[in-house]
Amino acid sequence: MEKVIAGKTIHVNEEGFMTDFKEWDNTIGEALAVENEISLTPRHWEILNYIQTEYKNEVPLSIRKIGKSGVVDIKEFYQLFPKAPLKTATKIAGIPKPASCI
Amino acid sequence: MKHLVILGAGTAGTMMANHLSHHLKRPDWRISIIDERTEHHYQPGYLFLPFDIYEPEDIVKSIEEFIPKTVDLIQGSIGKVVPGENKVLMGDGSVLVYDVMIVATGAKIAPEETTGMKGSEWHQSVFDFYTFEGALNLRNKLRDWKGGKLVIHITEMPIKCPVAPLEFAFLADSYFKHKHMRDKVEITYVTPLSGAFTKPKATATLEHLLEEKNIHIEGDFAIEQVDNEHKQIIDYGGRAIPFDLLVTVPTNKGDALMERSGMGDDLNYVPTHKATLQSKQYENVFVLGDASNIPASKAGSVAHFEAEILTENILRFIKGEPLKEEFDGHANCFIETGNGKALLIDFNYTHEPVEGAFPFPGLGPLRLLKESRMNHMGKLAFRWVYWHMLLKGTHIPFVSPTMSESGKKYEKAETV
Repeated sequence: MEKVIAGKTIHVNEEGFMTDFKEWDNTIGEALAVENEISLTPRHWEILNYIQTEYKNEVPLSIRKIGKSGVVDIKEFYQLFPKAPLKTATKIAGIPKPASCI
Repeated sequence: MKHLVILGAGTAGTMMANHLSHHLKRPDWRISIIDERTEHHYQPGYLFLPFDIYEPEDIVKSIEEFIPKTVDLIQGSIGKVVPGENKVLMGDGSVLVYDVMIVATGAKIAPEETTGMKGSEWHQSVFDFYTFEGALNLRNKLRDWKGGKLVIHITEMPIKCPVAPLEFAFLADSYFKHKHMRDKVEITYVTPLSGAFTKPKATATLEHLLEEKNIHIEGDFAIEQVDNEHKQIIDYGGRAIPFDLLVTVPTNKGDALMERSGMGDDLNYVPTHKATLQSKQYENVFVLGDASNIPASKAGSVAHFEAEILTENILRFIKGEPLKEEFDGHANCFIETGNGKALLIDFNYTHEPVEGAFPFPGLGPLRLLKESRMNHMGKLAFRWVYWHMLLKGTHIPFVSPTMSESGKKYEKAETV
């Protein structure tokens, strides 16, 4: 379905995850963060950039992998993106919900 | 004489030994299968052991019984595999050289991955049911447990048989009802997923069942530690869930042998091409069952479907023909829902489980994603099928290795 955010039209699924990463840009990221009640700091952006790079390299994401990435430990990941960090972070980053769950 | 070596004589390895023994024969080929254990366990039976539905003898037989006489069964430990040199270094110092290798070393629980899990309460009030010992100790605990807070918990995905913890919750509800003590037990289902299962349609059905059975669900829970002193589990966000009895599914990992041999990923699963089952690193190595990293369920049914396709691909590989990119992630699982009923789900990489009839479109007799007694009979009959047909590589009538879409209620074909 289509959604208008930050003055742009994006495509999202029923859970609100963007379905086309090419539509994403920083202002959309900022707006998606506001929707998820997070105000982005440079530290947030480091993590968002990291998971976007992993996504582009087709590396499957999981909380475990992020915890071992050297970018952030799991405790801090939770502080930055409370409750369900991987879900929230991927949603803001404009990439699909990780299918670490089969 | 050429040599094909199979690592692991569990469900997947045993099936491959049986399949290939019909095709690769002496004097051209020798097939060896290596496993240090002597017992073959029917792992789906671990679910029934805690509730006194199965006895230990229902689920344990000898490995030897299921390996064809023409295949060399080597019962010994493996030090390391050197795939670059086509060598298996055995624990006793001997060396096997292979032309083709199949990795079927499976997955196992690793409770030591979570702080405090294997602490003072391990097998006292914290149990797993993914090992024979865990399931048996849990049975003994449940026999005279007086009730309280029962927490059923998944540490992280992927796990073997992702529906097993749900089945455990349903069977526990049923078990305590029969013991007339359901009102003394509070059941909570704690999962790192957002909902009861990984696929949306099945999640809706299963969450409805949880609610009906008064089982509370706590989602998005990534465990940081088991607090043995206060008997609670705590997640990275600080959420604490108290328990009197914790039944957990610890982190699952591939065999440590894959780590020692430099063949595994961060969870020791072997990177594998998901449609051909060929290793991504070594062209004469193939991987099936729980040992691979393909995005399919870790389940015996998946290994069974893989085995039919892998047999053909190995024969093609030997002849120098291109491999068939045919495996579609097909899984087929019964889900026990308690009180003598079960659900059945059938799905693959791209199609989530939906309602319908199985295996005959429109007729059944099994119903997909709906509770029925017939499905429960199917689940119980499956143990017989496992020992007598599945391990021997006999084709199960009417059930094809790739998933059938007919007779199923898809709204649209979508990637899930």
